[in-house]
Amino acid sequence: MLRATLKSLLARKLRLVLSGLAVLLGVMFVSGALVLTDTLNRTFDSIFSEAFASTDVSVTAKPRVEVSEMEGEEVAAPLPASVVETIKTQEGVRSATGRVDADGARVIASDGKVLTSFGPPRIGSNWTGTDEIMEMRAGRGPEAPGEIAMNATTAELAGFTVGDRVSVLTQQPKREFTLVGVWGYTGGRDSISGVQEVAFTTPVAQELMLGEKDVFTSVTVRTADGVTPEQLRDRIAPVLGAGYEVKTGEQLAEDNSSSLKEGMGFFNQILLGFAGIALFVGIFLILNTFSIVVAQRTRELALLRAIGASRRQVINSVLVEAVVVGVIASVLGLAAGVGAGAGLGALFSGMSGGMDLAPIGVPLSAVISSFTVGILVTVVAAVLPALRASRISPVAAMQDVATPDRPLTKLTVAGTVVTAAGAAALGTGLFADSGDATLYLILGGVLVTFIGVALLTPLIARPVVSLLGRLFSWSVPGRLGRLNSGRNPRRTAITAAALMVGIALVTGVTVVMDSAKSSLKAEAARILKAQIMISGDQGGPRPPTYDPAVLDKAERIPGVRAAAGLYNDLVAVGDDRTYVAATEDLSRMAEAYGTTAAKLGPGEIAVSAPEATERGWRTGSTTTIQTARGEPRTYTVVNVFPENALPGSIILPAEAIKGFGITQPVLGFIRLDDGVAVSSVLPQVKALVADSPEVTATDQQTFVDDQAAVFDQIITMIQILLGLAILIAVLGVVNTLALSVLERTRELGLLRAVGLGRAQTMRMITVEAVVIAVFGALLGVAVGAGMGSAVARALENDGITEIVLPWARMGTYLVLAALVGVFAAVLPAIRAARLNVLGAIAHD
Amino acid sequence: MVAPTNAGGPVAARADAIWKVYGSGEARVAALRGVSVEFGKGRFTAIMGPSGSGKSTLMHCLAGLDTVDEGTVHVGGTEISRLNDKALTRLRRDRIGFIFQQFNLLPTLSAAENIRLPLDIAGRKADPQWWDTVINTVGLSDRLGHRPSQLSGGQQQRVACARALMGRPDVIFADEPTGNLDSRSGAEVLSFLRSSVREHGQTIVMVTHDPVAASYADRVVFLADGAIVDELAGPTAETVLDTMKKLDGKSDPVML
Repeated sequence: MLRATLKSLLARKLRLVLSGLAVLLGVMFVSGALVLTDTLNRTFDSIFSEAFASTDVSVTAKPRVEVSEMEGEEVAAPLPASVVETIKTQEGVRSATGRVDADGARVIASDGKVLTSFGPPRIGSNWTGTDEIMEMRAGRGPEAPGEIAMNATTAELAGFTVGDRVSVLTQQPKREFTLVGVWGYTGGRDSISGVQEVAFTTPVAQELMLGEKDVFTSVTVRTADGVTPEQLRDRIAPVLGAGYEVKTGEQLAEDNSSSLKEGMGFFNQILLGFAGIALFVGIFLILNTFSIVVAQRTRELALLRAIGASRRQVINSVLVEAVVVGVIASVLGLAAGVGAGAGLGALFSGMSGGMDLAPIGVPLSAVISSFTVGILVTVVAAVLPALRASRISPVAAMQDVATPDRPLTKLTVAGTVVTAAGAAALGTGLFADSGDATLYLILGGVLVTFIGVALLTPLIARPVVSLLGRLFSWSVPGRLGRLNSGRNPRRTAITAAALMVGIALVTGVTVVMDSAKSSLKAEAARILKAQIMISGDQGGPRPPTYDPAVLDKAERIPGVRAAAGLYNDLVAVGDDRTYVAATEDLSRMAEAYGTTAAKLGPGEIAVSAPEATERGWRTGSTTTIQTARGEPRTYTVVNVFPENALPGSIILPAEAIKGFGITQPVLGFIRLDDGVAVSSVLPQVKALVADSPEVTATDQQTFVDDQAAVFDQIITMIQILLGLAILIAVLGVVNTLALSVLERTRELGLLRAVGLGRAQTMRMITVEAVVIAVFGALLGVAVGAGMGSAVARALENDGITEIVLPWARMGTYLVLAALVGVFAAVLPAIRAARLNVLGAIAHD
Repeated sequence: MVAPTNAGGPVAARADAIWKVYGSGEARVAALRGVSVEFGKGRFTAIMGPSGSGKSTLMHCLAGLDTVDEGTVHVGGTEISRLNDKALTRLRRDRIGFIFQQFNLLPTLSAAENIRLPLDIAGRKADPQWWDTVINTVGLSDRLGHRPSQLSGGQQQRVACARALMGRPDVIFADEPTGNLDSRSGAEVLSFLRSSVREHGQTIVMVTHDPVAASYADRVVFLADGAIVDELAGPTAETVLDTMKKLDGKSDPVML
């Protein structure tokens, strides 16, 4: 029996390839994600163990506001210079060096643009000489306040050599220095993993990077001979007390690496989520393939039954086929995944400016999950067809293959129930308060709804497909194609449902994003009275900033009514971490924004109404807020303003700004006097920000459009990630068509015999494909629009005030689906057109 | 070797010394060895012969479904052995009708649509008078809206006949048209084919191995081992059977 199965499998290599391809792609996604994370994790390990190789023990002040990797960069609290002296006096200490080391030293390149970075920080530090892994490439370290050195990566990117004048943005406005030295690292490396580094003299570094004199970010300690780092750590820690963290270099490397890994873990989960969607779609494809194959093998299976094979043997014969396909696809998928992981890793490293990637490895987890997922998915998808195969009666061997259309009643009832259950779960997740279960309810609801709709699809298929097909009925091949696509509603339905999943998700996200975008624009138009904005593109973990002096100068331009800058920071409000805003003078900000408010005095904050409600604050309530660098301070609520009347939900006074991680404004609002044209003022503001090349001045419309562009970026990203699921669905269309062509060989022969030309044959197959694809897209767009609207509706309180159906995009998806159909039809159509007429007629 | 002619009448299809060889080397099999034959216009000719005699191959070559290795084939005035696929497709569409043993109809189309199919593919309209004539002759007027699966085997074959006739082709090629039918349905189809020759001057070439079917024809051509070995004019079932026995005895003494 096993031999018969394998023989039959080998005899039909095509179906093996097509059904395997879907599994292969899904497995590739899974293993690719795991290989990539594994490689990056090992890369981080090696980067940090290298970076802390010359650190035996490191001392830092406890951060004032603890920040997880997902929330942003943690800002080290300043460490007074006296601590360095205290450490130096301890026994077992060979040397203790105070270090300034902070993100945010942005070099303005020789072309006048700020050097950007996607990932690695742009470090500004104090020059403390070279250590074991550093080597001077040219010149020397900075010795005077007007001198800097930089690592070779930075020098090369910016196009500077020793002796050049270099401008650098820091916590302070742009300042110019002379480049006196360029250093590199052992092994000919220009940097450690693409990090851009600029070194100042210690006092300059303290002033520019930390904003305070005589403070450091950390102290690097070397042990005297015979003392281990652990011994020294345990000796120093009690001396310094609870306000300091003392760690060995090894610990530090591990901590740094694991916090990055935490971020990678999240990234990994997203990738695996999309792999899951791809595999879910793959199940449809495999289910369909095996159903068709079982239908085609009806006589063969009936013959097996007639000569004594048991039902169980028939089931096994189908499942064995599934296992073989699953194993082969898993092996190939794993291999492809390793390739994809390597490729993505290289891309990652390239994007982050030349990170030294660890060698690609294949983690055990990738192997295990590849095989588990690959085989499981295939076998699960094959169970239904296998059961159906076992119900073939032995008599079928003697009869002509006539599979009567089974009634769809049961399917329809099941579909209705499942869809309703899915919709109910989704609705509960979205609109009821279900706490931790919310996410699972929503995801499960979406999944179950998809299955329900897929079950209902055969019922919808007949009328919709026949309606769609009428568009093509003007020619004979078109009419034949339409009839063919309608002749097996189940098959058409499953093929279309696979396409539906991807398109529904894309459409759903598009609906939510477009609604958010449109709500944002409408809200901005309603409340934002400022006509000119100062803002920049965030090209890394650090937001772009500008010199606050610009605002005062802007206010002096004739026709400007008010100009105000917005500062941002992640702070601790009680135990809760949250982003807050600050501005120099709230009355100016209010005027620029189009409302009124009094200037905040020291210790006073303004709070938006929803925020106040949530925290139970009223005017007069007090709270303690800890900023990144400042001391904790108690604030009194003096102003509760309507939502969105002012930027941010908690606004701190000017005094708080110096305690922020970033002490420069990230946004600016400029309002003009009534009747003053924007075009008359904008050029002057643009000229003012010329010295802050990270930002530009734009009119309100451009600003709002730029902000809204984020939503388009998300849509694009989702489209790319769901591309694989859609690709698999397209494979499904190819598969269905190819098998149908095979199944209808004799029909095709007859048609060719009575005079259907090759081109007409191809057109017939193409119409069939287009009808199926457009049907799937139509379903997807409808389901997606429904789900998207529900989600958008549920987010009403989070600012999505209007629901926008993106007709243009939905139309595009339909047109793309039609193109996809044409594309999917190419190979089957060529195959059909090439059929030898005689052979086809004689085909059994 | 006999070279059957058509007694001087107009010719609808003609083969001149055609060879058809399959395989190469040891496995080389000549299905047709220099066959020359003419089929008269307005005549009903049957091709007979034992299995493997090459009768189906001959028909396929005459109908432009298969190519010949040597020799020429004419349908009407056209030499079809030189035509490319496109021209052959058009020839089949416009000038040849087919009736196969089974699987003659598209399951997705109704009887009427199946009948109209070649015309539709060509983008032509059926002549309404001829339509009525054909439909009435095959006796399908109340079955036109049915799908093939709703028709009996005999009815299906009659639909196939009607389709072949509707375009008034130069020749209709029928490959064992009654092979799958019971004798009563078979007789209906055959009488119908004969009457279309007698009354409407249609030319039909039919491959069969059934002497009774062959007896409906005006003339029977016998094939054995890829060559024409005999022919009968005005055949009856008995004369056909006798000739076949004779031929079987000659060519394959084991098989009786």
